[in-house]
Amino acid sequence: MSVPEKREKTGQNKNRKTTLILGLIVVGMFGFGFAMVPLYRLVCNATGIGISGSSGTGRIVDSSTTKVQKDRWVTIQFDALLNENLRWDFYPEVKKINVHPGQSYEVSYYAKNKTDHKIVAKAVPGITPWQAATYFHKTECFCFTQQTMDAGEGRDMPLKFVIDPALPEDIKILTLSYTFMDTNRESIRDTREVELPVSVKHEG
Amino acid sequence: MSTDVAHEEHHHGPPKGIGRWLFSTNHKDIGTMYLTFALTMLFVGGASAMYIRAELFMPGIQFMEPDFYNNMVTNHALIMVFAVVMPAAAGLANWMIPMMIGAPDMALPRLNNLSFWLLPAAAVMLILSTIVPFMPGTGTAVNTGWTLYPPLSIQAGMGMDFVIFTVHILGVSSILASINIVVTILNMRAPGMTLFKMPMFCWAWLFTGLLLIIIAPVLAGGVTMLLFDRHFGTSFFDAAGGGDPVLFQHLFWFFGHPEVYVLLLPSIGVIAMIIPTFSRKPLFGYKSLVGGMAVLFTLGLVAWAHHQYTVGMAAGPTTWFMIITILISIPVGLMLLNFMMTMWRGAMTFETPMLFAVSIVLMFSFAGVTGIMLAVVPADLEYHDSMFVVAHFHYALIPGALLGLFAAAFYWLPKWTGNMYDERLGKIFFWWNVIAFNLTFFPQHFYGLAGMPRRIVDYNPAFADLNMLSSIAAFAYGISHLLFLYIVIKTVKGGVKAGNKPWEGAQVGTTGLEWDLSSPPPFHSYATPPVVK
Repeated sequence: MSVPEKREKTGQNKNRKTTLILGLIVVGMFGFGFAMVPLYRLVCNATGIGISGSSGTGRIVDSSTTKVQKDRWVTIQFDALLNENLRWDFYPEVKKINVHPGQSYEVSYYAKNKTDHKIVAKAVPGITPWQAATYFHKTECFCFTQQTMDAGEGRDMPLKFVIDPALPEDIKILTLSYTFMDTNRESIRDTREVELPVSVKHEG
Repeated sequence: MSTDVAHEEHHHGPPKGIGRWLFSTNHKDIGTMYLTFALTMLFVGGASAMYIRAELFMPGIQFMEPDFYNNMVTNHALIMVFAVVMPAAAGLANWMIPMMIGAPDMALPRLNNLSFWLLPAAAVMLILSTIVPFMPGTGTAVNTGWTLYPPLSIQAGMGMDFVIFTVHILGVSSILASINIVVTILNMRAPGMTLFKMPMFCWAWLFTGLLLIIIAPVLAGGVTMLLFDRHFGTSFFDAAGGGDPVLFQHLFWFFGHPEVYVLLLPSIGVIAMIIPTFSRKPLFGYKSLVGGMAVLFTLGLVAWAHHQYTVGMAAGPTTWFMIITILISIPVGLMLLNFMMTMWRGAMTFETPMLFAVSIVLMFSFAGVTGIMLAVVPADLEYHDSMFVVAHFHYALIPGALLGLFAAAFYWLPKWTGNMYDERLGKIFFWWNVIAFNLTFFPQHFYGLAGMPRRIVDYNPAFADLNMLSSIAAFAYGISHLLFLYIVIKTVKGGVKAGNKPWEGAQVGTTGLEWDLSSPPPFHSYATPPVVK
C-alpha cells in the first residue's frame, strides 16, 4: 500500500470514529429529552424547587402521631375551577375554615355532571403560597383518582387533610385550588368548534 | 484504486446539467446551494414579516383573521431561524472551512448532500402548514408562535402536524450538517494546521456544531411527545392525564436558548475574520476569544429557563437562571472588547464588509443591554411578552446573525465568483438596510415598554403613530434586500477581476488558507494537503 493511500485509509477510519462518537451523543440527547419526563418530576419533588402553587405532596401520613398545635390557627381557603372543556358544576361546601396544624380535618367538594353523557374527569390540585405545598398533607382526596359521573349525576367528594406543624410561622393563610378537566382528549378540541348548550349560556 | 484514476478524478471540472446539483458531493457546490436556498427563504420569511407589519400599520383588524396573523408570526420565526440563518451559516461553513484548513472536501460528502436536500422538503412542509388550515375540516391555523407551547399546540389543527414534521426534518438536516462540520474541523486539517492556528470562523463553527449536536435532538424529542399527545392519547403535556405543559417549555428552551448562540456564533466567527482584515492588525486576544466562546457554550446550555420567568417557577431556580443569564454578558462583552481592541489604532478602511462588522459591534451591544434588563426577574415580569422583547431579540438576531451573514457574503463574494462586487451599491445597501432596520425596531422598545403586547393582531390606538413608523420603515427594510439580490447577481455575472487576495489586509494574523487559492477557486482544491508552517 502506497503512503498516500495509507494516509487516506487512516483518515477515513478516524472520520468514522469521530462520526460514531458524535452520533452517539445525538442518540443520547434524544434519550435525554425523554428522560426529562420522569427526571423533571423527581427533581422538582426531591428539591422542592417545583412549580410555585404546586400540588402538594399528596402523601398519606399517620395523623395520630403528629402533635396538634392547639394555640395556633391557620386559615384554609378552598377554590374550585373548571377547565373550559368540562360542563360540570363544581364548588367547595365551605369557602374557608380555620384549622390547627397537626389536626386532621375533613371537608367536601360537590360536583355535578350537567351533560347528557358519562364523563371521566380529573381534578388537578394547586396550593398557594408554594412554600406551603410540602406542609399540606392529604390523607384522602378526590384528586387521587379519576372521577366518573353519569349524565346528570352529582355527589359530594371528600377531602381529608392535615397541616404539618412544621409549617413556617409566617404562613397564616393557605389557598387550596382544584381544576377539574375532562380526561377525554377529543373534548379539548370540541370546545373550540361546538356551540355551548343554551342552558350553560344563560348562566354566563 | 490506482493513483492514476484518482489523479484523473481530481482534475476534471464539474459535471454538467441538473445532476451536478442533485447528486453533488462537492463542498463548494453544496455551499452554493445552501446559500441560494437561504437567500430564497429570506424573501419567503420576509414576506410574512411584511404581512405582519402591514396588519400592524393601523390599530384594528385590517385584513387578517387573528389566527392567520398568529400563523404568520409562527412562520416568520420558523423560516428565519431554521431556513435562513442556519442554512446560510451552514453554506458558509461548507464553502469556507475546507478551503481555510486545507482539506480537499468535507469529511462526509454524501452526508453533506443529504443534509442539504432535506431542507427543500422541510421548506415545502412548512409552507403547506400555512395552506392546510384553509381547507375545510382541518382545524385552526398554527397560531402558537414558533415556541409551539401546549395546550394550544395540542388543540391546533392539522397544520401543526406539518410543523412538527418540518421541525423533525430540519433537526435531522442540521444534526447531520453539524456532525459533518465538526468531523471536518477535527480530522481534516492540513499538516501543521493545529487547532490554535485555525481561523476564528472554524472555531466558531466547532462550537456551533457541538451545540447543535447536543440541543437539536432534545427539540426533536419534545415535538415527538407533542405529536404523541395530539394523536396517540399520551399525556406528556396534558394536566388532565397527569402531564405538565411546563415540561414542554423546559424541553423547548433547553433547545431554544442555545439556539440563539447557534445563530450568533458563525457570524461572530465571520466578523472575527473581517475586522482584522480591514484594521490591518492581527485579531486582539485570539485565545481569549476562543475561551469566551467556550464559556458562552457552557453557560448557554444552563440558562434556558429565563424565557419562563412568568410561568411560576419557585424563587430558587428562578434566581439561578437570572444569575447565569447575567453572567453570559461577561463572555459576550469580552468578544466585543476583542473586536474593539483589534480596531484600536488600526489602519482602518470601511469597505462594505467592514461597515457591517462595525455596525454589528455597536448594535449587538445594544441588544446586550436590553438583554440584561430582561434577565432581571422583577423587571422581566413587566417586560414579558411585550414588544420590548420583540425589539430586543431583533436587535440580537439581525445584527448578531443576519448582518454577519451579509458581511460574509460581501467579504467572500470576490473569492467565490472571482469578481469584485459593486462597492458603491454595497455601501448604498449597507446604509439603506441599517437605517431602515433601526427605524423599524427602535420604536418597538418604546411602545413595548408603554405596554403593547406581542403576538396580538390588534393594539391600543395610543401606539398608532410609532407603529406606523415601524411599518413604513419595515417596508423599506424589506425592499432593501432586493438590492442585495441584485448586487449578488451582478457580481456572479461579471465585474472587475478580484485576484487571489482581493483584500490587502486579509493575510494579517491568523487567517485561513483560502486566500492562497485562485478566485474563483478550482472545483477541487487542496487535493494534496498544503503544509502550514
